[in-house]
Amino acid sequence: MRGALGTERAWAGALRGGLPEEHSPDSPLSVHDLTVAYHRKPVIWDIDLEIPEGKLVGIVGPNGAGKSTLIKACLELVPRSSGEVRIFGEPYRAQRKLVGYVPQRESVDWDFPVSVLDVVAMGTYGRLGWLRPVNRRCKGLAMEALEKVGLADYAQRQISQLSGGQQQRVFLARALAQDARIYFMDEPFAAVDAATERAIVGILHELKRRGRTCLVVHHDLATVEEYFDWLVMLNMRVVAAGPTAEVFTAENLRKTYGGKLTLLSEAAAAVSKEAGTVE
Amino acid sequence: MKMCGGTLCALFFGLAAVAEASAGSLRDDFSSVVFLRDYNTRLVLISTALLGVAGGLAGSFLLLRKRSLMGDALSHATLPGIVLAFMFAVHFTGGGRSFAVLITGAAVTGILGCVVVLLIRGLTRVKDDAAMGIVLSVFYGAGVVLLSVVQHMPEAGTAGLESFLYGKTASMVRTDFYLVSGAAVISLFASLALFKEFRLLCFDEEYARSMGWPTHALDVLMLLLVTLVTVVGLQAVGVVLIIAFLIIPAASARMWTSRFGWMLVLAAGFGGASGWLGAGLSALAPGLPAGAVIVLTAAAFFVLSLLAGPDRGIVGRAVRAALLKRRIERQHLLRGIYEVLEETGPAPQLAGEGTPVVPWAALERKRSWTPRELRRVVRRAYRQGLVETMGRAGLRLTDAGARAAARVTRNHRLWEIYLVEHADIAPTHVDRDADAVEHILGADIIRRLEATLPSAARPAADGVPASPHPIR
Repeated sequence: MRGALGTERAWAGALRGGLPEEHSPDSPLSVHDLTVAYHRKPVIWDIDLEIPEGKLVGIVGPNGAGKSTLIKACLELVPRSSGEVRIFGEPYRAQRKLVGYVPQRESVDWDFPVSVLDVVAMGTYGRLGWLRPVNRRCKGLAMEALEKVGLADYAQRQISQLSGGQQQRVFLARALAQDARIYFMDEPFAAVDAATERAIVGILHELKRRGRTCLVVHHDLATVEEYFDWLVMLNMRVVAAGPTAEVFTAENLRKTYGGKLTLLSEAAAAVSKEAGTVE
Repeated sequence: MKMCGGTLCALFFGLAAVAEASAGSLRDDFSSVVFLRDYNTRLVLISTALLGVAGGLAGSFLLLRKRSLMGDALSHATLPGIVLAFMFAVHFTGGGRSFAVLITGAAVTGILGCVVVLLIRGLTRVKDDAAMGIVLSVFYGAGVVLLSVVQHMPEAGTAGLESFLYGKTASMVRTDFYLVSGAAVISLFASLALFKEFRLLCFDEEYARSMGWPTHALDVLMLLLVTLVTVVGLQAVGVVLIIAFLIIPAASARMWTSRFGWMLVLAAGFGGASGWLGAGLSALAPGLPAGAVIVLTAAAFFVLSLLAGPDRGIVGRAVRAALLKRRIERQHLLRGIYEVLEETGPAPQLAGEGTPVVPWAALERKRSWTPRELRRVVRRAYRQGLVETMGRAGLRLTDAGARAAARVTRNHRLWEIYLVEHADIAPTHVDRDADAVEHILGADIIRRLEATLPSAARPAADGVPASPHPIR
């Protein structure tokens, strides 16, 4: 078993043209040997990544491939089983102010009693710090962010009155108000209208122009080449990572989506079964 | 839904508790209660009102954090603590009924209950609600057992301990008043100071964590706030009903507003008012358990809010639905008349001398209205000055009605054309689809429709384009 896994990893490494062994301090995100397990069943396994600065990075893979888990593990929202994550060369804890997060839209209750502006202003709370009330400057920043996503007219609306696409743009605006250097976005394009999709693409390009790095969990393979200049293809582990033009190949797609990972998933099933008998 | 269930449950227990009490007659000291002439009554009323304010504030956070059940588990878990503290005090000091000692015990087992819930959730695969159900009933059961043990202890006068079950405001003294006031002030300051943090935590915990806010510590703070209000409220409202004092004012406030800040203000107001009125009522009839009366008062506010809340209230929703139905019927009538008149040719004359009278039968056919329904719709349109009736022959539009009919028909057809040309809907199906939305189109959407539709640029002389489908 061990030998088989080792081979697998070596093979993945060869695909990427060799692994950098140390964390590079310049990389906005570098992940080393990251494994995450829910109830002892591994969800992502042995992830190694080195994301270059200023790129729009897509993360693609089938359902259950661990795309959201990868993001959440980087942000320390789910416990890691092993491995390290560095943001600009430092642990996440020390770099939180540099990171913006756009969660999945379904992760909150949209019937919550707040206005659109209130939600977007939450992006500035980190800068405000403890006990200081939301001031005019925060609201100004929030308003600017709302203008960028085309929702300035909706600032005073209650959030339950928004459409799904508008809700997604509100989350994006909240992250923009944070003014981070690296953004993690969890399926921002999921089930949105065309206007929202255009708005998000526009924002991504503006962020790139300003040298920001964006990691975007994505599900629509048809738009991958158009939207992203860097790609992580994920199915429990990194199948391929690199410039989209190089890694977005039929061969890699087959490896990511084509169920060619029987050995790995069988091993995962065996581990969780064993864990089950231990419990 | 969940909060409605909780409220009903509280209502039920409240009623049961009232029925349980001996029916105390209303005395003539009404005025002394209302005008706070009596010193003890004054203390009690101010305390319970302050308690209500604190409960409304803490309860709002609890409700929005979706932890109402946790609050219930906490309050029930305080009972064994109260009794144990009493036994402890009797054993070591001889006297047992120091409020401060009792509520310290209450706080200890209350928090212990929460910790047990968290442990069960963290260590096993038992779900949240089951864990809280287990803790709530087991701790409460233990409390009841301990209570009956204490009551059989020969040396201790245990009078007053049962009052913690259903609440008894009359037993409050001056030191209790200070405790309650202190708790109210603390919860007020905590709510103001941590307003932003609690709002973020309640709305999006994961995001808060990604920004580095210590969400666990904030949750603990919130739980401590709830514990504080719970334990100081135990004497007045009782173990069983205190959760209602936290949740009902918050749920009522939510009916009136969709703003977090206003919700806190209103919840504090509702809580304070129910505390004041409830304690006042129970002072008038000393046989009634105060806690139950206070909760029933809060429930009355809740029912009122449920009915009359502007946005979510039942009455408001019904009125809006009725108004929309009327508007739709009126628009159907106007368009029906226009279409009947249009049978003579495009851009028909709609009003004034020489306009044909539209027969009743033709309109009934248009919408499969019964004669009675049609008369009702016409009567309303007549009162609004849109039509005039010509006896049995039929009816005619007034000048105002003619303008409205042309506008309504135009909007309907613009929308139909849009659906045919941009949404690929078959012209034969478009009528009903257009019907579903046209009545709620705003002026802004109509302008954008006009701008996007080239066919709208060649309407008939009166500005109304031809229908894209044959008219029934």
